[in-house]
Amino acid sequence: MNSLRIVRYVLWGVVAVAAVTVGLIASNALRGTEDAPLTAAVEIGAPFALVTQTGEPISDAHLNGHPSLMFFGYTHCPDVCPAALAEVTAWLAELGPEADDLTVYFVTVDPERDRPELLGPYLTAFDPRIVGITGPVDDVRAMLASYHVFYEQFPDDNIGYLMNHYTSFYMLDGRGEFAGAVTFDESRDEALRKIRRLIANG
Amino acid sequence: MSTTRNFAAAIAVLILSTDALGQGAEPAVQMAAQQPIIAGDLTIIQAWSRATPPAAATGAGYLTITNIGAVDDRLLGITSSAAELAALHQMIMNDERMMMQPLEDGLIIAAGATIVLDPGGFHVMFFGIGDGFIERTLISASLTFAIAGTVEISLIVYPIGSPGPTNSP
Repeated sequence: MNSLRIVRYVLWGVVAVAAVTVGLIASNALRGTEDAPLTAAVEIGAPFALVTQTGEPISDAHLNGHPSLMFFGYTHCPDVCPAALAEVTAWLAELGPEADDLTVYFVTVDPERDRPELLGPYLTAFDPRIVGITGPVDDVRAMLASYHVFYEQFPDDNIGYLMNHYTSFYMLDGRGEFAGAVTFDESRDEALRKIRRLIANG
Repeated sequence: MSTTRNFAAAIAVLILSTDALGQGAEPAVQMAAQQPIIAGDLTIIQAWSRATPPAAATGAGYLTITNIGAVDDRLLGITSSAAELAALHQMIMNDERMMMQPLEDGLIIAAGATIVLDPGGFHVMFFGIGDGFIERTLISASLTFAIAGTVEISLIVYPIGSPGPTNSP
């Protein structure tokens, strides 16, 4: 057993004791084993039947056959979400034809407000390849739960409620399985390196 | 007083080298970006925002406030004709989770301190922004401080996702 593995096991122990969410465990695992083969650290996802930002049906089957990036946010988000969408738009521009097989999803964590009639116009500001996902509130929440996505509403006197939420991009392989995450604070070069590897692995 | 002027002059020189908006920026917009606002012991520079996507209900505002005085001041609130309301928020990243915290008691600008409101930290959240914020325009806003009183500023609107002015103090 080499020292890296020992370190990794110790880290996993700490993580387990802390009893953080499964989604967090998954992303930590990726960051801890940077160049290890991409394997699904946790079971993620479940069948879903939702709609895109144009109201077209979309299901879990849409995730098969190509690698994907998946971001979870909401349109009332003043800072992180538009910045993340602008960043992924820049990634797609930089990758050019390399990204032909890559699909990017923006899943709302605020299905109450993010109806297609709002999500549709909103996403026109970004790369047209970005697929928005919304739908009936309970169905979206079930999908978010199956992906172990942290989000919460909290009351705000001014605008009803604000939201806290997970900010990393999930990387999903061609079978829709978890293949790591790109965190919000990573450099563009590092993000592109991970995404190119995701694309190369299919 | 001369300290204030020197400080402002130093900032002005610092900012004059900035052309983060690119060659196409309107002259009036560039002027506003280069003009520090001085109110008593406070100097406000680099007030900026980002263009908003269509249908967006919220926008964010950022600025840098320096207090050269010997007494703490406090930013109590902000209003803008471009938004139904504006609130001070602190964003905290916690294990890849974005946690938003309204600053109900305002934001202390300690004596001698510089407070930067920027992406990923403190910001002004504008809500109810009508047709949204348009790149290369200005948003007028009014800041209220406990000591310095009311200060009128203009936020310059950068592109969506822009890192904003590059010359941070």
